[in-house]
Amino acid sequence: MKEYDLVIIGGGPAGLAAAAAARDAGVQKILILERDNELGGILNQCIHNGFGLHTFKEELTGPEYAARFIEQVKARGIDYKLNTMVLDLASDKTVTAMNREDGLFQLHPTAVLLAMGCRERPRGALNIPGSRPAGIYTAGTAQRLVNMEGYLPGRKVVILGSGDIGLIMARRMTLEGAEVQVVAELMPYSGGLKRNIVQCLDDFGIPLKLSHTVVEIRGKKRVEGVTLARVENGKPVAGTEESYDCDTLLLSCGLIPENELSRGAGVMLNPVTNGPAVNESLETSIPGVFAAGNVLHVHDLVDYVSEEAADAGRHAAGYIHGVRETGGRTLPIQGKDGVRYTVPSAVRPEALDPNGSMTLRFRVDGVYQDKKIAVYAGDTLLYSRKRRIMAPGEMETVQLKCQAILEHPDADALCVKLEGV
Amino acid sequence: MYDVIIIGAGVSGCAIARELSRKQANILVVEREEDVCCGTSKANSAIVHAGYDAKHGSLMAKLNVQGSQMMPQLAKDLDIHFKVNGSLVIMMSEEDRPDLVRLYENGKANGVQGLRIVERDELRQMEPNISDDAVAALYAPTGGIICPFGLTFALAENAAKNGVQFQFDSEVTDIVPISGGWKVTTPKGELEGRVVVNAAGVHADEIHNMITEDRMKITPRRGDYFLLDRAVGGFVSHTIFQLPGKLGKGVLVAPTVHGNIIVGPTAIDIEDKDDTATTQMGLDEVRAKSGIAVKDLPLRQTITSFAGLRAHEARHEFFIGEVKPGFVDCAGIESPGLSSAPAIGVMVAGIVDDILHLAEDPTFDGTRKGILDPKTLPMEARSALIQQAPAYGTVICRCETITEGEIIDAIHRTPGARSVDGVKRRTRAGMGRCQGGFCSPKVMEILSRELGVPMSEITKAGAGSGFIVGINKDAL
Amino acid sequence: MKTVNLTCIGCPLGCAITLEMEGEEIVSITGNTCKIGENHARKEMTNPTRIVTSTVKVTGGQLPVVSVKTAADIPKDKIFACVRALQTVQIAAPVSIGQVIVPDILGTGVDIVATRNVARQ
Repeated sequence: MKEYDLVIIGGGPAGLAAAAAARDAGVQKILILERDNELGGILNQCIHNGFGLHTFKEELTGPEYAARFIEQVKARGIDYKLNTMVLDLASDKTVTAMNREDGLFQLHPTAVLLAMGCRERPRGALNIPGSRPAGIYTAGTAQRLVNMEGYLPGRKVVILGSGDIGLIMARRMTLEGAEVQVVAELMPYSGGLKRNIVQCLDDFGIPLKLSHTVVEIRGKKRVEGVTLARVENGKPVAGTEESYDCDTLLLSCGLIPENELSRGAGVMLNPVTNGPAVNESLETSIPGVFAAGNVLHVHDLVDYVSEEAADAGRHAAGYIHGVRETGGRTLPIQGKDGVRYTVPSAVRPEALDPNGSMTLRFRVDGVYQDKKIAVYAGDTLLYSRKRRIMAPGEMETVQLKCQAILEHPDADALCVKLEGV
Repeated sequence: MYDVIIIGAGVSGCAIARELSRKQANILVVEREEDVCCGTSKANSAIVHAGYDAKHGSLMAKLNVQGSQMMPQLAKDLDIHFKVNGSLVIMMSEEDRPDLVRLYENGKANGVQGLRIVERDELRQMEPNISDDAVAALYAPTGGIICPFGLTFALAENAAKNGVQFQFDSEVTDIVPISGGWKVTTPKGELEGRVVVNAAGVHADEIHNMITEDRMKITPRRGDYFLLDRAVGGFVSHTIFQLPGKLGKGVLVAPTVHGNIIVGPTAIDIEDKDDTATTQMGLDEVRAKSGIAVKDLPLRQTITSFAGLRAHEARHEFFIGEVKPGFVDCAGIESPGLSSAPAIGVMVAGIVDDILHLAEDPTFDGTRKGILDPKTLPMEARSALIQQAPAYGTVICRCETITEGEIIDAIHRTPGARSVDGVKRRTRAGMGRCQGGFCSPKVMEILSRELGVPMSEITKAGAGSGFIVGINKDAL
Repeated sequence: MKTVNLTCIGCPLGCAITLEMEGEEIVSITGNTCKIGENHARKEMTNPTRIVTSTVKVTGGQLPVVSVKTAADIPKDKIFACVRALQTVQIAAPVSIGQVIVPDILGTGVDIVATRNVARQ
């Protein structure tokens, strides 16, 4: 087996953008390992439009957005293997993978880039009581059946969770002839993008019930109905139950970064994001192992995945070429007062390019109006920006000038928080 | 006319079938569901009880201890995932010590080997996550854990290998005596057998009551469970029970042979024998009780919750015997039914043989190879396997790393998988942390291809449980 | 005077826009952070349009369906008519991204185009 400088695990949007950027930064021997039978990852089943507004200044569908990056990878002659499952990543970066042609094989790259994406939270993890008949799908499973195979998985649908895939599937199923009765959301706010609520629910008169959850699933063989109830303080309120007859329950209740390989390698994970804890170079606790995209933290827009992954690809190139500073101090980056987490969660001032900037991404823990995002080094305010509205469904981004960080050599931490205007 | 018709393809029915297949006989197993292992056998604690609990002198106690003693050899012969991990019955209060001692004495009388009482310090060493309030425990080193699906499928496959036939989707609706045997009515036609064995689980009373005025009542007793992610699989290594005491009867916390943690069950008597729905109350009860004997149980790592029904008879005893000439009951098989299954098989086969005086079958082969798990092979051998059979190089279930090769094997066994759940129980595809989110459409495709049926006919678990209701825009 | 509340869908910010209307006349538009918001609000009040995405059957392809979209937005009230018009459409593989599947759907002047490649089986 040919050896590679950089092995990228996952050929979705993150892996593709990382590969192209790493090649442009001079890494010659790059290999993408993809478990599905085509590159592009989950974008291939996201046939709705709304992708690429930031990256390409036009509105693309998922497969079209993927195709642009696949072209970039192919034009650069980057190697990839399809239908290839990575079985193990060792702490010394040995990658063990398998496919039909090569059998079981091992690679020993200088750097590894984790781009495995995320998976949906299944019914079991939600602890919804009731029976376990056919007709309960995660929104993504239904999306695959409808969009890639042309099968209708149900005719009368209730959706639990207002994550973007759930909202998108409300419209998709409606336009394929199913009746979507209601979308219930446990939280008092939607976890999805506003435009999806407008275009996928409001356009079709599908009600969104906030602070509601499914308290019962009925049906022995196939779903026959569900019961919703209002939720207060995390508990269903007795007497608020409403019964719906339906043959399908779609779940869109959150995404979980797929970090089984990372965990196996001993990569330190952030308990808030369920993704690796990374520094300014998007490098994990194992030197030479980088991460980007939804495996790192769940993004709202694929454009940001591509952007972040390209950054990670360039940092991996720096590592491979040995040009990157590795020593020095590490400052933690803390999220406070409404900021749930930050990526990266640590910065090594010595590794910063004094003329460059560092992107901080984070999500807030509730809906906030008229607040300021403020970044401090110790007690010194480095950055602040007013935001009219912030919601957990949307990722926030801060561009920090590296120079600003380097001007405060005594600070022992960076802190990102929300403040009143 | 069949020599023997066994009603029910659960673990008891399959164990009986396999024991009888040692003989020269024409044997049929009829099952109302679409597959083997669809009732009580599929949803239980997956425990092989050592045998200290069942009341000394009962049939239950005798068969439990015998079954548990037979299990290691059976697991070897039939290639079943089984592990002797030892069990601990935790005593939470010094006041309960007489009960713990009584349990120890009962176990000793039942013939359970190696029982002893371990005190606080040793207990802590054995199980670091045990509650700080735990005082002592009854340790049964012979207690084990097993894959209940694996056991049932292995018994069924081995029985089939030795000539036993299976007929699914065949609920028995009537049984009448005929000359020299019984006539059994199913939706697929009438069957005749010289001997009928009733191994119908929670429905055993209905079958029993078809042939005798001496009524039996089986109450479905529901047990709700949580199954936790393999990521926390090392939380306990022994099966942890709680001694019934002033805090009530607890729930067990145990590892599974596949590296998960199982927590449960409740014991809720219900009416509907098909109602395996969990309830909020039931799940809350498991949650509340699970924290008594162990500390900081990571219930957040739950990957699924489910419920199973035990076939409870008021006297809490197994009812095994010939109730009418040529009609043999194997009823009331609740916990420790799984542990007792090998001994139940031998006992019932013995009763049938006493009636029919069957000749030994010299061609009987009591061994069976399970579905090849490529993960168990060294790298070279695994690569060689993929070269020979490329389907072993395609991973279908990411979470449990199950390949297409394993799924194809499961479909083409006898009796083979015909539904997504059938594949899942045989191979574990879909049993992992994403619960089939990624792999179920692929499993459906493989089933469709291998069985030669359209995707629209692929079900979760038999008739009425289809996944696909139409094609895009067909009702616009 | 009546007020209409809209959420701008021009970008992920999803600005909450308030329009004050005097009959058919827009008196004021507030809450938008950019020109897109204003344009969006005007359009939603006069001629709302949407891009429609769907699937069309493929014969002889590696996939049974191909994803498609309207190459530009079409009137919002034609969404259902549009997908209904695709009900019976079949296209033979290979299909390539950007290929026109149905020209000028419903006389809107907008084509239905494929959004992915589907190779021959």
